[in-house]
Amino acid sequence: MEGYQFTLAGTSLTALGSGALFWPEKRLLCVSDLHLGKADRMMRRGGPMLPPYEVRDTLMRLEADIFSSQAEIIVCLGDSFDDLQAEKSLRNEELLWITRLQAGRSWIWIEGNHDPGPIDMGGTHLQILPIPPLSFRHIPSLGESGEIAGHFHPKVQLKLQGRFISKPCFLLDSDRLVLPAYGTFTGGLKTQSVELSSLMGLEALAILTGKQVDAVPMPRL
Amino acid sequence: MMYISERFNNWLLQKAWRLHPHQIEMLETSQRPAQLLIAPTGAGKTLAGFLPSLCELETTSGNGLHTLYISPLKALAADIKRNLMLPIGELGLQVGVEDRTGDTSSHVKRRQRAAPPDILLTTPESLAILTSYEDAPRIFAGLQRVIVDEIHALYESKRGDQLMLALSRILGLVPDLRRVGLSATVENPKAIANFLTAGSKICPIHTADTGPPPNIKMLDVLENLPWSGAGGRYAIKNVLDQVNKHKTTLIFHNTRAQAEIFFHHLWLANEEALPIALHHGSLDKQQRHRVESAMIQGQLRAVVCTGSLDLGIDWGDVDLVVQIGAPKNVKRLVQRIGRANHRYNAPSKAIIVPANRFETVECVAALEAVHENDLDGEPKGPGPLDVLCQHILLVACSGPFHPDTLFQEVCSTGSYDTLTRKDFDECLEFCTNGGYALRQYDRWQRLILHPDGRYALRDPRSALRIRLNVGTIQDTDTLKVRLQKQKGGKPLGEIEEGFAATLTRGDTFLIGGEVVRFESLREMTVEVSRRPDKQPKIATFMGTKFTTSTLLCDRILARFAQKNWTGLPTETIKWLELQSSVSRLPMPDSLLLETFPRQNRHHLCIYGFVGRNAQQTLGLLITKQLEKRNLGPLGFVATDYATLIWALDPIDDPKSLFALDDLEHGLEHWLSENAFMKRSFKSVATISGLIERNMPGQRKSGRQATFSSDIIYETLRKYDPDHLMMRVTKTEAMTGLVDFARIRKMLLSVGDNIEHKRLRCLSPLSAPLFLEAGRVPVEGQAVDRLIEQEAEALMSEAGST
Repeated sequence: MEGYQFTLAGTSLTALGSGALFWPEKRLLCVSDLHLGKADRMMRRGGPMLPPYEVRDTLMRLEADIFSSQAEIIVCLGDSFDDLQAEKSLRNEELLWITRLQAGRSWIWIEGNHDPGPIDMGGTHLQILPIPPLSFRHIPSLGESGEIAGHFHPKVQLKLQGRFISKPCFLLDSDRLVLPAYGTFTGGLKTQSVELSSLMGLEALAILTGKQVDAVPMPRL
Repeated sequence: MMYISERFNNWLLQKAWRLHPHQIEMLETSQRPAQLLIAPTGAGKTLAGFLPSLCELETTSGNGLHTLYISPLKALAADIKRNLMLPIGELGLQVGVEDRTGDTSSHVKRRQRAAPPDILLTTPESLAILTSYEDAPRIFAGLQRVIVDEIHALYESKRGDQLMLALSRILGLVPDLRRVGLSATVENPKAIANFLTAGSKICPIHTADTGPPPNIKMLDVLENLPWSGAGGRYAIKNVLDQVNKHKTTLIFHNTRAQAEIFFHHLWLANEEALPIALHHGSLDKQQRHRVESAMIQGQLRAVVCTGSLDLGIDWGDVDLVVQIGAPKNVKRLVQRIGRANHRYNAPSKAIIVPANRFETVECVAALEAVHENDLDGEPKGPGPLDVLCQHILLVACSGPFHPDTLFQEVCSTGSYDTLTRKDFDECLEFCTNGGYALRQYDRWQRLILHPDGRYALRDPRSALRIRLNVGTIQDTDTLKVRLQKQKGGKPLGEIEEGFAATLTRGDTFLIGGEVVRFESLREMTVEVSRRPDKQPKIATFMGTKFTTSTLLCDRILARFAQKNWTGLPTETIKWLELQSSVSRLPMPDSLLLETFPRQNRHHLCIYGFVGRNAQQTLGLLITKQLEKRNLGPLGFVATDYATLIWALDPIDDPKSLFALDDLEHGLEHWLSENAFMKRSFKSVATISGLIERNMPGQRKSGRQATFSSDIIYETLRKYDPDHLMMRVTKTEAMTGLVDFARIRKMLLSVGDNIEHKRLRCLSPLSAPLFLEAGRVPVEGQAVDRLIEQEAEALMSEAGST
């Protein structure tokens, strides 16, 4: 798999340009913060009627990553659904699509703050998934090491030859990796924010998503 | 006098005032369903508008809303209130006057709905919201007159369309309502009258005497005019001399950045420390108010300003207006000139300062147009559909509506009289369920259809969100700039978020005439410290960039065709003569192309004379074509008159690049992934309610909004490219930032008349394009000297002696 290769807790991992993480040794693919059903949730709450194509767009990209990586284990790192009701708003073909992707693979839903509880859908539901030396959870917790988390939707801003570029990114330090949001209708939190600057160690790298996956020192507060 | 009471007559006598003829005419025809007054600044327009109301209210006040006054500016509403209270007090009338704008507290707004004043002063946005309340019929019951001030400015913007829609609601409630339009001098008063009354022939147009012709000229010290640039810094000493000779001077600039830079250097040269202030739309509101009141009290000798002072407020004793840079548009120039000598019947005095050599031609053409009273204006297009979507939602907030009735009502406005039922239905569908090809929201529709055929909000609570989102002016996302140090440091103004994001600690920039150093970005505030010792590094601002009007471009071309050099400085004449012997001058109804090699690059210069936006688009489209032909285009630069493209290989057959079909095809392709489209989409989507601007209780941060509107745009482009929002966005971009309409018009009138001059070296007319920065130039003496040296070298290369 092309991407940015690095080691965390002695484990070789690859950050893909799509925003997914691949663990070749285990054939494990991890994505975070899909926020499926976001458009529907906003509408349900009397908000704007965003284009209802966000679920299929997210699934299309996920499918491409699963096929090209030939992953056998899929970990959705929390906030997979925008809320617990959002899952019910998925169209039949979208539900079938997920079932199709699950077939023959082991699929783990990690709970997130948006979807804190079991979802009526195949797969295993967990709060934390430990696969030593790594552990997968939604919200990073200080003091852990070998941690793979999401939640913050990190994005990096760079000034390149006078042009200003903003991209979702992975954040990596010696203890943890924070994944970017994978869902189509998601915004981002700048790495310069207090939350991310205080979470990540001084040596932290930001790994940019996109066609070419590069790493830069994480811009901080 | 027949039309006014004893009391008014005595008051006028006491003040030794005599009503102007147009003020009397306005009184005479005040019972007509509509009236339009065309009058220059200072002709007592506001009094002419209000006098009939005051006369009627002498005996009938206290019976609810009598007169609604609408102004495009919040500040103007407040100012008018002050100006009205004076005569009301002197006349001893019991008339209640209140304003209602975005700044009015919700407590006062509630009270106004319960007990409306006699006269309510408001803005189009606030009026739109007011019509959306369930109790609108009660609020507007008894309303007699509506006065639309500065209607010429509203006519040209979406806010005018929004206003006409709101008025159609009110007319539905009070059919006898009398409409009054107050306008500055415009090229086509009939169009404005039609706009106000939807083409019914019920609107007498009164035209005030324009007074003596203005005393206006070009700055006569025109030696060593710069070859390029737009700031007019070379003229600072002359401008200071003029300020010294006059009581109060307004110095207009075309952009905020130029105003900042000019102000900064004006103060460096202001040895006598004349009190001179700065006023533009990016400055902090309080700072602007301070400048305005100092001005009214006569404490200032000059104000450096931008379009923020184009409209409104009477400015006391201004006796000179200076316009820095080519005026770009004759109508605006006339309105700016009118700012001087606000006493009616005295000639206004104005000086135009061309910023570079080519601008002398434009300035002379503009002066000629002013003297011939030839004003520019583009015909207004049909009312935009995003504003209609917003209106439909607001109507739904006020209660259930029948689509047939609403369609009729909308078509009765001057903005939407050509609206088709198909477009209307599509807008209604967008408001109901999003209008997506994929039917997703059946359960959560925003509007539901009642069995009786009427539409209503599914969730009445959503009315609050809809009202919060109202507005047609798209605010650029801005961040406040404050001085660091003490908590809640002094606010200085606002800068564009995109600009703020490019700053790193230590960068210096200009704001409010001060050089400040960027310290940090905290939440939504840019913290800075004062650094007067430093040269400002960067200066960019948002704000409209004017583009030269068709009328002015045509006048310049006509002068070229006649070799009419009157009024031009000798240096400019020599330059144009040289151009005409080395190559040719651009002419009307033809397109001049020049190709020449220079410094290992091959250049193509396109003299389209279609304004900056369209010349920019031409640059993008033609470089795409060159790319296709593998000629290695490297870049381009555009001005209001020309585009210069440079490439690795010679461009042998440039004529063939201008086939309209090819350009249109390229446009389709290029547009969809273009940043202009994304920007237009953001504005369209916000107005029509697809993206929310304000959330109850919190303001969405600008950065997140930018991000998500691009994502929504991309999603629609991928899955629903024919969606209403995409269609509206395209229409918008074609006439606005992309301005392809003007390219099409030019190419159609040119036909086969494209002339290609193959030159051995650059031509005199193309030389300044090599110096064009493309953006407001960065400061520094060295840069100026380099440009100057380079200019000399370029000119001698072109054969000038």
